[in-house]
Amino acid sequence: MEFQDPAFLSRILTLMTLSFHILYATIGVGVPLMIMIAQWVGIKKKDDHYILLARRWARGFVITVAVGVVTGTAIGLQLSLLWPNFMQLAGNVIALPLFMEVFAFFFEAIFLGIYLYTWDRFEDQRKHFLLLIPVALGAAASSVFITIVNAFMNQPQGFEILNGEMVNVSPLLAMFSPAVPTKVAHVMATAFMTSAFVLASIAALRMLGGSNHIYHKKALFLTMKLGLVFAIATALIGDFSGKYLAEYQPEKLAAAEWHFETEEDAGLVMFGVLDGEEVKYAIRIPYALSILAHSDPFAEVTGLNEFAEDVRPPLWIHYLFDTMVTIGMWLAFFSFVYVVAAFRNWSFIRTRWFRWLTVAGGPLALIAIEAGWWFTEVGRQPWILRNHMKVGEAATTSGQVGLMIILFAGLFVILGIGTVVVLTRMYKRNPVEKELALRENSKGGEEE
Amino acid sequence: MTLEIIGISVLWLFLFLYVIVASIDFGAGFFNAYSSFVGKQHILTGIIQRYLSPVWEVTNVFFVFFFVGIIGFFPQTAFYYGTTLLVPASLALILLAIRGSYYAFATYGAKINHRGYIYMYGLSGLLLPASLSPVLAMSEGGFIQMDNGQPYLDYWALFTSPLMWSIVVLSLTAVLYISAVFLTWYSSKAGDIKANELMRKYALIWAGPAIVTATGIIYELRSHNPEHYARILDMWWVFAVSFLLFAGTVYLIWKKRHYGWAFILLMGQFFTAFFAYGASHYPYLLYPYLTIYDSFTNEAMAIALIIAFIAGLCLLLPSLYLLFRLFLFDKDYIEGKSDYHA
Repeated sequence: MEFQDPAFLSRILTLMTLSFHILYATIGVGVPLMIMIAQWVGIKKKDDHYILLARRWARGFVITVAVGVVTGTAIGLQLSLLWPNFMQLAGNVIALPLFMEVFAFFFEAIFLGIYLYTWDRFEDQRKHFLLLIPVALGAAASSVFITIVNAFMNQPQGFEILNGEMVNVSPLLAMFSPAVPTKVAHVMATAFMTSAFVLASIAALRMLGGSNHIYHKKALFLTMKLGLVFAIATALIGDFSGKYLAEYQPEKLAAAEWHFETEEDAGLVMFGVLDGEEVKYAIRIPYALSILAHSDPFAEVTGLNEFAEDVRPPLWIHYLFDTMVTIGMWLAFFSFVYVVAAFRNWSFIRTRWFRWLTVAGGPLALIAIEAGWWFTEVGRQPWILRNHMKVGEAATTSGQVGLMIILFAGLFVILGIGTVVVLTRMYKRNPVEKELALRENSKGGEEE
Repeated sequence: MTLEIIGISVLWLFLFLYVIVASIDFGAGFFNAYSSFVGKQHILTGIIQRYLSPVWEVTNVFFVFFFVGIIGFFPQTAFYYGTTLLVPASLALILLAIRGSYYAFATYGAKINHRGYIYMYGLSGLLLPASLSPVLAMSEGGFIQMDNGQPYLDYWALFTSPLMWSIVVLSLTAVLYISAVFLTWYSSKAGDIKANELMRKYALIWAGPAIVTATGIIYELRSHNPEHYARILDMWWVFAVSFLLFAGTVYLIWKKRHYGWAFILLMGQFFTAFFAYGASHYPYLLYPYLTIYDSFTNEAMAIALIIAFIAGLCLLLPSLYLLFRLFLFDKDYIEGKSDYHA
């Protein structure tokens, strides 16, 4: 029975914890930059609205960070609890970035505490702004180090195995596996993009709720511009990721693209369903897969037929891949339309249906994040450490994993609901109009 | 000094720091819940908000540092402890989540001050040390067994072991004692007389149980792990120093003098006892299966980790100094004259 197999259950629990944590982690990496930009714009333009924007984002951000901290601690410990054999093996080679991640997070946590509790403590806003730099750097560095570990799992290097023992270990070589550049860039760009669209969603939702304050318009315009920039960056990096996969993990690309036979002039399969080995209802873009893989429409792309059956990733990752790419493309297109229309002062972007589309952007981006991580993790199957250790060999033998799944599922439900309830309550009790009015009054005649 | 010793010393130091900062955090939550329960609520709430809210994430990182570090320096611990600790460590994670969410939802967020939440937060402060400290008992051997080359935890042996229970009780009394002494100092700095009187009383109440339970463990070890016991006796003088420091703390608190020094002496007491205990545990990470030598990582990784550690420390120490200067040594902030929360 699969449901009594500790390895299967460990996969479920890891999937659950990671899927939950990644939402908070993505926001945790991306939002500090958004706060920084808003505060910077506020200081430069001497516009109080942007400063307040930064402040209100920061308030919500602490709550997501706190939940991210506890779920991050959970996944960090679960790696050893659920995959002890993997950690024993990998600990010898890839412990360095894990260790450095702790320091990066340490750094971030310290300055976040200081930043939050020192609003208006400095005469000069710029000093307070400076405190945010280590927060954003620490958050970014954490994600870089963790992504390096994930890159190592996909493309391990920096060691040799001799009689079951690891020899000639080079921690630095292990850190800089060929998977690193595209993976790190992709994780960072999508974190910024997702955070921008989530914040845009909130602004649009407030405007739909009847609030017509210029504050929300500024927020929406700023976040949509940022969203567009990072969506374009993501698309470019996505192209490089395709080339990386073709070179180093061709089985993953082939499974994602349902590319069964090695061939030249390969077409790209979009959407569709699989019926046995037959692809139905799909859109085929001629030459596109060859271009994605090798920048050459006539190039040969390795197919799944080159790999033994037991090391092929499951074919359903195609749906995950499509979900991720489609949402990414849509958001790039959508934000482009918005930004152009805003510059040209076209009125359709102020209609309700368009606002609803903007609201949908945040959740869509989060879905794309989930799809992307599921894609990369499931796409590495059956390996936990590609070509060296399979998932089944890595797992715990403990019989209590099932029970822990129930426990953590309950926890995540509570934390998820709690986050939403607390955030909505916090902003509803203290709407921006009220806060702005309060600030005007306390400033008296100082306003220019 | 070998790399193994450097590695374990660094980890042990961070575990010690975690014990201190986490005890403050756990105990404060419990005292807060207790005073709410007996109707003296809000005596401590202000202090918790002022000191604990900005630093709890930092506290948590000490814990993460320890478990990531031990896997880094001693990867084989993942094999022995990873499998066997699934249940206790998962429970600890849930409890940590309760505490984290209390800060997130109740103090930063919408200020949900539901009583049930305060009690859960307070209770988690006691359950956490109770769920983490059995690991120390497990490391003494006899609870982790091998079956077909796979380790498993003998729950029956663990739960019927007087050693395990003495360690749990010690962890509880130590948490309450450390926290009470710290808060006595903090509240006196804050000029909060009511909180100060209350915390001083708690510090004196919990001093006795803390020292008695600590001695009890040494006694339990005599029958459970004679080898370890013999090594503890060899180091009797360090424990004697520790006891003198303890007496100093109690004296100062009793005389209502120099609370800051009282807390420093307390740190000294726990530092000496913790390191003497650790040194007498040497070289075992898990009796009798695992020593720091046979579980150690390769040399290249060890050197890389130590370099990363030194570099990290250069970044951390000034930042920690800034954090404490702002939230621990800034008079206006502590006294609550200024509130700059976002």
